[in-house]
Amino acid sequence: MAVVVTSTLVKPRALAGAPLRATQDPRCVRRLLIGIALGFLAFFLLLPLAAVFGEALRRGLGAYFAAVGDADALASVKLTLIAALISVPANVVFGVAAAWCIAKYSFRGKSLLITLIDLPFAVSPVISGLIYVLVFGAQGWLGPWLIEHNVKIIFAVPGIVLATTFVTFPFVARELIPLMQAQGSEEEYAAITLGANGWQTFWRVTLPNIKWGLLYGVILCNARAMGEFGAVSVVSGHIRGETNTMPLHVEILYNEYNFVGAFAVASLLALLALVTLVLKSIVEWRHARSHAA
Amino acid sequence: MSIHLSNINKSFGAFTALGGVDLNVPAGKLVALLGPSGSGKTTLLRIIAGLDEPDLGSGSIAFHGEDVTRVPAGKRKVGFVFQHYALFRHMTVFDNIAFGLNVRPRRDRPPASDIADRVHRLLKLVQLEGLDERLPSQLSGGQRQRVALARALAVEPKVLLLDEPFGALDAKVRKELRRWLRRFHEEINLTTLFVTHDQEEALEIADEVVIMNQAKIEQVGTPQEVYDRPATPFVYQFLGNVNILRAPALAPAVTPGAPALVRDGQIYVRPHDIAISPFVVGAGGVEAEIRGIHAAGPQAKLTLEQVSNHELIEVELSRSELVGLDLKLNDRVGLRLRRSHSFSEDYAI
Repeated sequence: MAVVVTSTLVKPRALAGAPLRATQDPRCVRRLLIGIALGFLAFFLLLPLAAVFGEALRRGLGAYFAAVGDADALASVKLTLIAALISVPANVVFGVAAAWCIAKYSFRGKSLLITLIDLPFAVSPVISGLIYVLVFGAQGWLGPWLIEHNVKIIFAVPGIVLATTFVTFPFVARELIPLMQAQGSEEEYAAITLGANGWQTFWRVTLPNIKWGLLYGVILCNARAMGEFGAVSVVSGHIRGETNTMPLHVEILYNEYNFVGAFAVASLLALLALVTLVLKSIVEWRHARSHAA
Repeated sequence: MSIHLSNINKSFGAFTALGGVDLNVPAGKLVALLGPSGSGKTTLLRIIAGLDEPDLGSGSIAFHGEDVTRVPAGKRKVGFVFQHYALFRHMTVFDNIAFGLNVRPRRDRPPASDIADRVHRLLKLVQLEGLDERLPSQLSGGQRQRVALARALAVEPKVLLLDEPFGALDAKVRKELRRWLRRFHEEINLTTLFVTHDQEEALEIADEVVIMNQAKIEQVGTPQEVYDRPATPFVYQFLGNVNILRAPALAPAVTPGAPALVRDGQIYVRPHDIAISPFVVGAGGVEAEIRGIHAAGPQAKLTLEQVSNHELIEVELSRSELVGLDLKLNDRVGLRLRRSHSFSEDYAI
């Protein structure tokens, strides 16, 4: 036994040149695992990304900018931005309010509220879109009344905003609930005993404590709002230049064999994804730092 | 400012946290709320601060004769120090302490230079000069505790409430800080109520100790009163180690002159109130055999077994006494009770 013990202590150091810790695998295994992970990443993520930009630029920069600058393409960008600009702030307000209620108070029906917040994640986006068609569509519950009052929701901008808001509903709340629960309410109580009112407590104590989590939720929410396809597709009606968001516009162009146009708009979405990832990393890094400090 | 509580009830669902508590805290005193966890002491403190409300229609809270039961927490002029300090983690020490002044409405808010003066005076008072630009995460536990104290004092409270002020600190810092708190109290002379589950802490620094158990107050008194004349068996057991012995077996061992014992009652005796001597036939005392000797620390702890009824008794004596007696396992010795208590339903010694 003694011989075995000494050999495991001494030999690997002599063989590999560096001490082998208990949690470390031999070098060949490490290389193999890293290689597999990188290969997978390249095949499933980098290759398609490269393909998007490759296809978009296949006919040169001129064709690319012509496709991006097309009136319908620009209209789709504008609509996407409008949908995000409305749904993201709406979900920030709702998400903070919901997370505040859930994390700081206990009340009857709390777990039901948490489940409801998760609903958009659980339901297929197509169903989410259909819900609005069933409620607001011409044959829906409120359809006749809406037609009578000349309000258009389905196959119009309001429907797209509604569907986008619904689908992106959980991101901010989901990000904040665990964070606020972990932080507890003691700092808020301290602020109250020091004479702060509710508004001061929120702005000076609660919000600064959750700002990185909130920003992270906003970034994810925004990415999803701009990229959403299924739900928006159902309520949009695909009216070119009017109710097409960027993902829908990509689909239409692709179906018309306008590959350069489709990939050019897709490249804008891909760029958005890259920017999102960079922002996300920065926020995560700052968040980790503010926690470590 | 004195605190007067009458008939405070609080329940959480089916659990009664406070069952009709009455309490008077005299002005300028340092009072400990002592009890095991779940005895309701923190709930009582939070109700005094206005962070929790007593059950509807029950009880009243008055500060210096003025009813504050319906006054919201922010207007009670109470300084509250939380168990885990609850410092604002994103603010510097300076901003933490200045918070209570900065959130005042503009007309009541002192000018910035006055706020800065007051913060620096408080930092000096709690011996943290020069740390005003640090973040709470850059401070030690004891330093955070004192920042929390300074922050609570910045708003010039009429009453200071501390929830387990030393609970999260290590043993050495605890001892230093509690002596510091005692001196500090003498300096500022503010009515102070602190919650603790550590009897040593309460007995060492408080002017008065309030002992709570199961949603009720068991006894209120000076440390010496509650230790020497515990009102209930609970208090006796909570304030130190105790042997609970069947009375008849020990009857001959009770010190001469002690009142007669309830015949079928129990005798409460502290391990250090038992004298050991070598056993001599006919000399009186309880006959017992040594079953265990633990001699680590300043006091030696012996476990003895009574010969007559096999009851186990814990005895503490000094190391030098132990050496003097030259005791070994299974030695037969005689025991005498120097002090003891017994309780019956309406009779306590």
